[in-house]
Amino acid sequence: MTSMRQVFVDTVEDVMRHDPRVAVVLAEISRDVFTPHERVINVGIREQAMVGVGAGLALSGLRPVVHTYAPFLVERPFEQIKLDFGHQDLGGVLVSIGGSYDDPVWGRTHQAPGDVALFDTLPGWTVRVPGHPDEVGPIVRDALRREDRVYIRLSLRENAAPHPVVEGFTEVRRGRSGVVVAVGPMLDTVLAATRDADVTVLYATTVRPFDAAGLRAAVDRAERADVLLVEPYLEGTSAHLAAEALADVPHRLRSLGVRRDAELRAYGTAEDHDSAHDLDVLGVAAAVRRMFGHPVAAA
Amino acid sequence: MAVKEMSGFAEIPALFRRMTGDEKHEWAAASTLDVLWVLYNRVLDVSPDRVDDPDRDRFLLSKGHGPMAYYAVLAAKGFLDPSTLDNWTAWDSPLGQHPDRVLVNGVEISSGSLGHGLPIAVGTALGLRLQNRAARTFVLVGDAELDEGSNHEAIALAGRFGLDRLVTVVVDNASGTHGWPGGVARRFEVEGWQSSTVDGRDHDALHAAFTQDHPGRPLVVVAEVDEGERR
Repeated sequence: MTSMRQVFVDTVEDVMRHDPRVAVVLAEISRDVFTPHERVINVGIREQAMVGVGAGLALSGLRPVVHTYAPFLVERPFEQIKLDFGHQDLGGVLVSIGGSYDDPVWGRTHQAPGDVALFDTLPGWTVRVPGHPDEVGPIVRDALRREDRVYIRLSLRENAAPHPVVEGFTEVRRGRSGVVVAVGPMLDTVLAATRDADVTVLYATTVRPFDAAGLRAAVDRAERADVLLVEPYLEGTSAHLAAEALADVPHRLRSLGVRRDAELRAYGTAEDHDSAHDLDVLGVAAAVRRMFGHPVAAA
Repeated sequence: MAVKEMSGFAEIPALFRRMTGDEKHEWAAASTLDVLWVLYNRVLDVSPDRVDDPDRDRFLLSKGHGPMAYYAVLAAKGFLDPSTLDNWTAWDSPLGQHPDRVLVNGVEISSGSLGHGLPIAVGTALGLRLQNRAARTFVLVGDAELDEGSNHEAIALAGRFGLDRLVTVVVDNASGTHGWPGGVARRFEVEGWQSSTVDGRDHDALHAAFTQDHPGRPLVVVAEVDEGERR
């Protein structure tokens, strides 16, 4: 199957054929995936300049796409994202690969579980987390058409099947005991982990803006206002928004994601790391049982 | 546009005096005054009624602290109503201790954190070149600002990309703690820039430096200002 990154590159190159506003800025990563083009600019291993150059392209009237591996896109040049795009009030499309721990043999330096939480410190960013390569094309085309600031988080982790790309949350399953929100690549894990639970499952590819109305409506349809967030990045990243969405309803909220309390000095596979963070089917299913009750116990 | 046109350098001190309040960087503002005046008076193709013209020249003030000289020149050239200067840094004033492009007509970038303007200028110059526009991009940095490593990423890039419509002005009042042995210009020359080092108070020398030909490569003008001569 074609990777999310390949779909991203193919889509950008397709749009570039008829939209002269689109220009790409790279810092070595993915340089060989793009076809050489005067509007594909590789700045070398210079991530601060990569983001600054992207902002300058936007100032000149272009629609910049800035792309590299997640920690080097979001964390190293974070002040450039805050000031060169945000404070200047410029538009741009930032696209990362690598996710929280797509390639754990490379260690902590190549992991960015905090990326979406960092964007939450800045106003005006749309954040999209596709869960399948087929969802990447529409997300990238939409981002290139717009004028504002968009962060797209690509990963090697993916669900077996795509869902239509929409702005809000998509109801994948309806139940009575509560609501589970699955972000991007977490959907298949959540569906397997909730197989025996009577819960609504919402699927989110657009996480900012957060679909507060969609979550609230799903909670209103359930018998209990119990919500479990399952995110592929730092645990609790969207908890403040879920809490805000349910501010006038007595509710329970629990968040699963990459643990905040420890740096795992371990390599192995992404699946190993899922298990360590309780983000595999067993871990999520255990959290689902604790929150929504065991089907046998409930019967 | 109901902005009073003022055009003489002699008006600048009066405009300066309209800005009151706590001004701990006053000397720094003055260090840029002659450079700013020569650029806006004789070099830049800009005007208050063309702030959105894609073919205007761009001036990016990267060294955003000490903006009084910048505001005074913008007022003298009709980008700002001079009365705006009277309550600068107040809650509802568009003029802060660091300029904000969203709030001030003609200000191309918001600055304040050092080391951002030069990389943005490289992107601007690249973008204009990609769109076959002849507009030039000028960016003003301070010698101490060059401490920030982001500048050196941009200096190397601009040289390699041969950005011949890009001009960096370094206002050098030897304010960097660790200095630049051999001079600021060398840091640019080794990356392929053409360079001139001139007296930062000499208007004709500045004009000649800014308007020299630099085919195929970017230009740096180091405007030396006496360390003791800060006002």
